Amino acid sequence: MAIELPENVVISKLDELASWGRKNSLWPMPFATACCGIELMATGASRHDLARFGAEVFRFTPRQCDLMIVAGRVVMKMLPVLQRIWQQMHEPKWCISMGACASTGGVFDTYSVVQGIDRFIPVDMYVPGCPPRPEQLIQAIIDLQDKIQAEGTVSGREFNTSRRQEPKRALLELPVLQNTPPRV
Amino acid sequence: MSLSSPASPTDHADSQSDQQSQEYLWTLNFGPQHPATHTTLRIVLKLDGERVVDALPDIGYLHSGFEKIGEHLDYDQYVTVTDRMNYISPISNNVAWHHAVESLVGIEIPPRCVYLRTIICELARISDHLLCNGAVGLDTGAFTFFLYGFYQREKIYDIFESLCGARFTNSYTRVGGVSHDITPVTIEMIREFCRNFPKTLRDMENLLNRNRIFVDRTRGVGVLTKEEAINRSCTGPIARASGVTVDLRKDQPYLAYNDLDFKVCCATEGDSFARYLVRMAEMWESLRLVEQALENLPSGPVNVGMDDRAHKPDKTMVYSTIEGAISHFELVMSNRGAEVPCEEIYAATEAPNGELGFYLVGDGSNRAYRARCRPPSFIHFAAFPHLIRGHTLSDVVAVLGSLNIIAAELDR
Amino acid sequence: MPVTTAIESIIRRVDGVTTDAYKAQHRMTAPVDSIHEVLAMLHGDYGFDLLVDVTCVDYLNYRDADHRFGLVYVLSNTDNNARLIVRTYVDDPEPTVPSVTDLWKGADWMEREVWDMFGVRFADHADLRRILLPDEFAAHPLRKDYPLQGRGERHNFPVLTRDHE
Repeated sequence: MAIELPENVVISKLDELASWGRKNSLWPMPFATACCGIELMATGASRHDLARFGAEVFRFTPRQCDLMIVAGRVVMKMLPVLQRIWQQMHEPKWCISMGACASTGGVFDTYSVVQGIDRFIPVDMYVPGCPPRPEQLIQAIIDLQDKIQAEGTVSGREFNTSRRQEPKRALLELPVLQNTPPRV
Repeated sequence: MSLSSPASPTDHADSQSDQQSQEYLWTLNFGPQHPATHTTLRIVLKLDGERVVDALPDIGYLHSGFEKIGEHLDYDQYVTVTDRMNYISPISNNVAWHHAVESLVGIEIPPRCVYLRTIICELARISDHLLCNGAVGLDTGAFTFFLYGFYQREKIYDIFESLCGARFTNSYTRVGGVSHDITPVTIEMIREFCRNFPKTLRDMENLLNRNRIFVDRTRGVGVLTKEEAINRSCTGPIARASGVTVDLRKDQPYLAYNDLDFKVCCATEGDSFARYLVRMAEMWESLRLVEQALENLPSGPVNVGMDDRAHKPDKTMVYSTIEGAISHFELVMSNRGAEVPCEEIYAATEAPNGELGFYLVGDGSNRAYRARCRPPSFIHFAAFPHLIRGHTLSDVVAVLGSLNIIAAELDR
Repeated sequence: MPVTTAIESIIRRVDGVTTDAYKAQHRMTAPVDSIHEVLAMLHGDYGFDLLVDVTCVDYLNYRDADHRFGLVYVLSNTDNNARLIVRTYVDDPEPTVPSVTDLWKGADWMEREVWDMFGVRFADHADLRRILLPDEFAAHPLRKDYPLQGRGERHNFPVLTRDHE
C-alpha cells in the first residue's frame, strides 16, 4: 500500500542527514605556514570564493572548527604545535594536506622539514601542487564533501576503523634512502 | 619538546624592588598559530595588564634549510627555492638571486631582459605592498581594504600567469636571461592593469588614510627613530619611514633604474602609520616605473647568446641547428657551462621588504659553495621588542603587520 | 674614493690587515685578534654605520683553504653609499670571535644565527643561544660534514592516529 507523501516531507537515514549537514558547513581551521597559506587566503578572497561551499567561517581556534587545512611545509619545531592543535579539535574532524610540502615534504628534503604530515597526523585528502591553484583546493573540498557523504555516520564510527591505523607503505622510510651516503 | 617560554637574560636582572610589580606581570603566548602572525612566528609577551613590558620573539618554526639546499642545487635549479622565501613577491627573489649569480660569473644581460626584469620587479613590489597594507588593514579590522588589495593582486597573478605559466611561484629568471619572452598579449594586460589600478589605489587611500580608527591605531605606535633604524640594520620601507634615505635603486643602480625617473618615498615619523603611507606612495612610484619601462622596452634577444654558455638556447634552435643541440647537451649533461670563478661576492637588490642580498661563494662548479641569503624580515623582526615596549596588546598586531614579517624569509 | 682611503689608513694603523677586490667590491681581511678593533674604527672613524650582514662560510672542502671558518661582515656607509666587506678566519676546535653587538645592535640576531648554524662562538654576546632550530638540536647543520637530510631528527616524534591515544 503506497503512502502519499506531501512534497515538503523528506525521508532519509539519520547518517545521511548528519553527513549532509556536516559536509555543507565545514569550518576550516587554516594551519597556514608558508606559500600555500597565500593561496589559501586567495581561495577565501573574492575571486575564488570558498564561502560558496559552506566554508565561510575561517575560525582560527581549533575548538570551533572541524576541518584542518595544513597549508605549507611543517618543520620539526612546528610539528608538536600541529599535533597539539589536532588534539584540541573536536570530533568529527578531517584534515586536508594542501600542497606538496605538507603531503610529502615537497622541494625540501632537508634536515628540518617533516616529509609529509601524514607520518604523524591522520590525513583525509591530499592536494598536490606547489602551490595548488585555488581551484584545486576547492576541488579537494568538494571531494571531501563527497567522502563525508559517502562514509559519514552520526556516531563517528568511520573514524575507528582499525584498517586505517596500519602504516601505509609510503609512510615507511624506504630502505634505499637509508643506505645513501650523505652528499656533502 | 615543550612550548615553554625561552630563557631570557632579563629574568636575572630583576631586583628586589621590582618584586611588587612582578606580581602583576603575566605571560601571554602569541603564536605560532595565530591569525595575525602571518604564518609561524611566536612572541612571548610579558604584560602588565594590557601594557607590554617585554616581548621575547621565538622563531624557527619555518626553518627549512634553504641555505643548505643552495649547496646542492645548481644555479638554475635554486631559483625555484628562492621563490619560496618571500612568497608574497617571489619574482623579486628570483631577480635578486640571478643578479647575484650573474655578478659572480660576470655575465651581462641584454637590454630587453634588463627592462623586462625591471617591469616584473615593480609589479611584484605593487603586489607585496598591497598584501602588506591589506594585512595591516585586516588585522586592525578593515576587511574591505584587504579584499580590494587581493582583487588587484589577482590581476597581477593573471599577468604573471600569462607571462610564465605560474601564478606566484614563478621561477622566472635564468642565468643570463629569463625563461620566456614577453608576448604582446601580456604587454596589453600590463597596460590595462596600469589603466585600471590608479582608481582602485585611490579608493583604498580614501578608505584608510583619514580613517579615524585606523589612524588612531597606527599613529605614534611602534616608533623607530633614524639612529635606531641604522643601528639595527633596517632597510627598505621601514628605514625610509624613519627618515633614512637609502634605496638601492638609486644608491647602487642595477637593472634599468638608472634610466628611469622615479622618486624615493620617505617619511620622518617612523611609526606604523608612516610605514603604511610610505608603502602606499611606493605603489604610485612603482606604477610610474612600470609605465615608463613598458614604453621604452627595447627589442632584441631576451637571453644571452649561446657563446656565453650560460643560458640554454631556445628550443627551436635546439631542434633545428647543430650548435643549438650541442650547446643544450653541454649545459645540461656535461656541465660545461660558463666558468664560475672561485670567488665570493655580495650582491643586493631593493626587494619590496628591504635589502635582499645574496652572499655567494663559487667553487668552479655549477653549484654554489655557499649561498647565503640576507633576509630583511629576519633583521627587522629583531627590532620588534624595542618597538613594542610600552604599547598595549592591541598595538602588537598593528606593529607586526607594519613590519611585514614573512616567516619563510625570517626562518629560511 | 672613501672606501680605499679608509682601507689604506686602517692597514697603516693595524697589523695583519690585507685587502683585495673582486669586480669593484672591496674586501679587507683582518686577523681575529684585531677584528673588533678594525670594525670599531670603521664604525666610529670612517662612518660605516649600517651593518648589512654577518655571516660565515665553512671552507672544509674548498681548495686552497687555510682555515676552516670565514666570518664575513658586510658594511655600508649611509652617507656616501660606500660598501666594504671585512673578513676574518677562525679554526676548529672552539672557534671564537669577538662580538660586535656593542657597535651595532642589529648584529645580535645575525650572530646568534651563525652560532646556531656553524657553531662559531661570539665572546661577549649577551644571549648566545639557538635561534632557528629547537634548543635540543645537537648539531650545527650548515657545517659541511652534516648531511642535507639530517641524522633522523626530523622524524623523531610520536604518531597520532584516529584511535584515541
